[in-house]
Amino acid sequence: MKSFKKISLALILAALMVFVAACGGGTTTNKKDGTSNKENKTAELSGSLSVSGSSAMQPLVAAAAEEFMAKNPKVDIQVNAGGSGTGLSQVAEGSVQIGNSDVFAEEKEGIPADQLVDHKVAVVGMTAAVNPKVGIKDIKKADLIKVFTGKITNWKELGGADQKIVLVNRPDSSGTRAIFNKFALDGATPAEGITEDSSNTVKKIINETEGAVGYLAFSYFTDETVTPLAIDGVEPTAENVQSGKFPVWAYQHSYTKGEATDLAKVFLDYLMSDDIQNTLLKEQGYLPVTKMKVERDAKGNQKDL
Amino acid sequence: MHQCIYPIMTYFRGVWCIMEKLVPAKDRLLKSNKNWLDGELRGKILVILCAVIMISATISITIFLGTKGLQSFIKNGVSLIEFITSTQWNPTNQAKPEYGALPFIFGSFAVTFLAAIVAAPLGIGGAIFMTEIAPSWGKKILQPVIELLVGIPSVVYGFIGLTVLVPFIREQVGGLGFSLLSGTIVLSIMILPTVTTIATDAMSSLSKNLREGSYALGATRWQTIRKVLIPAALPTLLTAIVLGMARAFGEALAVQMVIGNVRDIPTSILDASATLTTIITLNMGHTTYGSVENNTLWSMGLILLIMSFAFILLIRYLSSRRKM
Repeated sequence: MKSFKKISLALILAALMVFVAACGGGTTTNKKDGTSNKENKTAELSGSLSVSGSSAMQPLVAAAAEEFMAKNPKVDIQVNAGGSGTGLSQVAEGSVQIGNSDVFAEEKEGIPADQLVDHKVAVVGMTAAVNPKVGIKDIKKADLIKVFTGKITNWKELGGADQKIVLVNRPDSSGTRAIFNKFALDGATPAEGITEDSSNTVKKIINETEGAVGYLAFSYFTDETVTPLAIDGVEPTAENVQSGKFPVWAYQHSYTKGEATDLAKVFLDYLMSDDIQNTLLKEQGYLPVTKMKVERDAKGNQKDL
Repeated sequence: MHQCIYPIMTYFRGVWCIMEKLVPAKDRLLKSNKNWLDGELRGKILVILCAVIMISATISITIFLGTKGLQSFIKNGVSLIEFITSTQWNPTNQAKPEYGALPFIFGSFAVTFLAAIVAAPLGIGGAIFMTEIAPSWGKKILQPVIELLVGIPSVVYGFIGLTVLVPFIREQVGGLGFSLLSGTIVLSIMILPTVTTIATDAMSSLSKNLREGSYALGATRWQTIRKVLIPAALPTLLTAIVLGMARAFGEALAVQMVIGNVRDIPTSILDASATLTTIITLNMGHTTYGSVENNTLWSMGLILLIMSFAFILLIRYLSSRRKM
């Protein structure tokens, strides 16, 4: 028994040593690769890149990073989600190379926006979504504002079912909420309601709760569990967003501190390539930024391209 | 052979000792004394180091949270009175931001006290069952069950609450389902193990004389439990409840999933509400470091820390009463 214990202890120690050695080795080679990368760009890419920020963008960037790493096996890209605020803060202080955000850096307080360089990698459209039993598919913007500010409290006032309106909001600081308030509610402050952060939870609540209304990105309208609303008769489709007819959309930004260099630049170029813009983006429910016929600045002014 | 330095060792390992040199008694004693000191000193340094790390971690977290939490009042000019008394929370309103955290403070307290009210009788009842009614088989069943409850991660509690409890309350009781009631139920199950474990310790540590004396006076088992044992264990039972409340106060994830996170003060137990912790977890990722919004979240963290100090002081006070 005693000898068995001794052997197992020795085995555990050995395993630990191998683990530590492997980990230690990994980091040192990475660092070396990072420096040699600068000298020789045309050769095989290597090094590591850390990306953090918007949780809405995380799946997209992570999927792109995976494909990128498959093509460049010596590259290691870490994509973390932590929220747009975290991404912007971390890229501004230099702890990550790329910070993702679903709002303009100018809109966030305490971020030195002039030091950051914006790379708009995708566009996401969003619209109000209701429980299918509400029986409404189209809403006037003025009515939408009344619904969200609590001036209309029953769907029958808008020709729907006799159901009390239940609002499903996002947290105050959420980028999705900021965009919806700005472009769908014309800046009105929504009334109090259930507040959830994750789009999947919001969708679940809208689906389960009678009379519920919230807002979701187009990519979540994959089934019949919630009904997306057309606003002022304009259907929430990719074409309408691209032509500028549908107002509620936002850029997905990747920020770098100063101009992107080395690996970060190559990766951002890869995100903008047709490869990603025309296939992966669509799969993930985003709209390619390259196909937009309108553009918008940080203040929300829209102009044709 | 008998000139060996360690006479006792000769007895066991005779052959070895022939090799040893003769060492004068003085050196021998000094050397062994030094060795003894070495081991002693090393052990002492080791445990002191552990203690220092723990203490410095606590102190540095307190200092960090203190400076961060006070920044919104000092640097951003948010009024402390507004922060703890106003019910209007609107930090993103550019024209007129409002920073009233009272609904969250109220929500935290409400959900904590309600959870304690549910968990205390259950936990203490379970403890009495384990120690007084069925000390043998009751303990064998209930103990592992309680330990199992501790092991379930809080996100799982939240997820079960969201998928089972919320629709159940919506259909059977009314309201949206996202409510103080859902939060209370989830939290009370989460703090049940804490309350039960400490209450069991309290009951089983009571002197046997108390029980025997009570029975000798002709009291029944229930009379003994109610009139003798519970009053005798009361300070520790209260400690158990307060410790449970401290855990409930700090719980974020599970509560966030079922409470609805509405920024109004709830008027009924079926209203959705929000707590300090849920507002922090909902907003922390979206805010940028150093902004007013971020700083007010730190202030809420500071309130949580102050409350946990208050809970500890209360526990200290209760246990000092027990000693007397």
